[in-house]
Amino acid sequence: MTRTMISAPETARAGDVVEIKAMIAHPMETGYRVDATGKPIPRNIINRFECTYDGEVVFAADLHPAISANPFIAFSTIATRSGPISFTWTDDEGKTETASVEIQVE
Amino acid sequence: MADHELEPRLQSMPLLNRRELMAGAAGLVLVSVARPAQARPALAEALRAFSGGAEIRPGKVTFEIPPLVENGNAVGVTITVDRPMSASDHVRRIAMFNEKNPQADVAVFQLGPRAGRAKVQTRIRLADSQMVVAVAELSDGSFWSSEAKVFVTLAACVEDLS
Repeated sequence: MTRTMISAPETARAGDVVEIKAMIAHPMETGYRVDATGKPIPRNIINRFECTYDGEVVFAADLHPAISANPFIAFSTIATRSGPISFTWTDDEGKTETASVEIQVE
Repeated sequence: MADHELEPRLQSMPLLNRRELMAGAAGLVLVSVARPAQARPALAEALRAFSGGAEIRPGKVTFEIPPLVENGNAVGVTITVDRPMSASDHVRRIAMFNEKNPQADVAVFQLGPRAGRAKVQTRIRLADSQMVVAVAELSDGSFWSSEAKVFVTLAACVEDLS
């Protein structure tokens, strides 16, 4: 289980622009490094991030090795209705990690 | 919400301890020699590929990145685009490209009217002192950019694992 951290407001008024910060623990191995014996370390990065809210992908990102380990992304969305804000990270091995937070919209 | 809410926790992660830092510094010369020359597109080519050949004009994009960084492994960047983010006038994509990393691409962010605000923050790796460019694609199909020259003291991609 990989550690993810989400920062988002628990409540908002409809129409508010809310800031969301998302981070996942991941080495973001670039594929350009070698181990102690000189063997190349295969690339394995989170290459895709998506945020879904109120029936739509509201933000997404294609990431490359130039994104730091434990990728951190902050963005915003408009509060529309109460419900989950969901996050998906996908790495080079096809593994996905998901997280979700609830927002109460008045 | 406080801007620094995630920061202390981020920094407490065992990303780069002192030993790794020292090892990284020691490995600088060796690794830069040992790494084979990689063919990568020039910055201008990468930008052209992103815009599909459309002209990229300077302006509308605010690119915040420190001019001098000690650690190229995690350079905080903020990109803001001056647009209302309405259905008819918004930012579709924001991308970042670099001049001297092994690959020109850094990230492409997809936004839309539901973003509310065209502002994205992340942390990037810089393998050398170089030019970094942020480009925004607007809903009218135009492309705008902002570039920054960054000096890096300790480069990324050179950590030694031993």
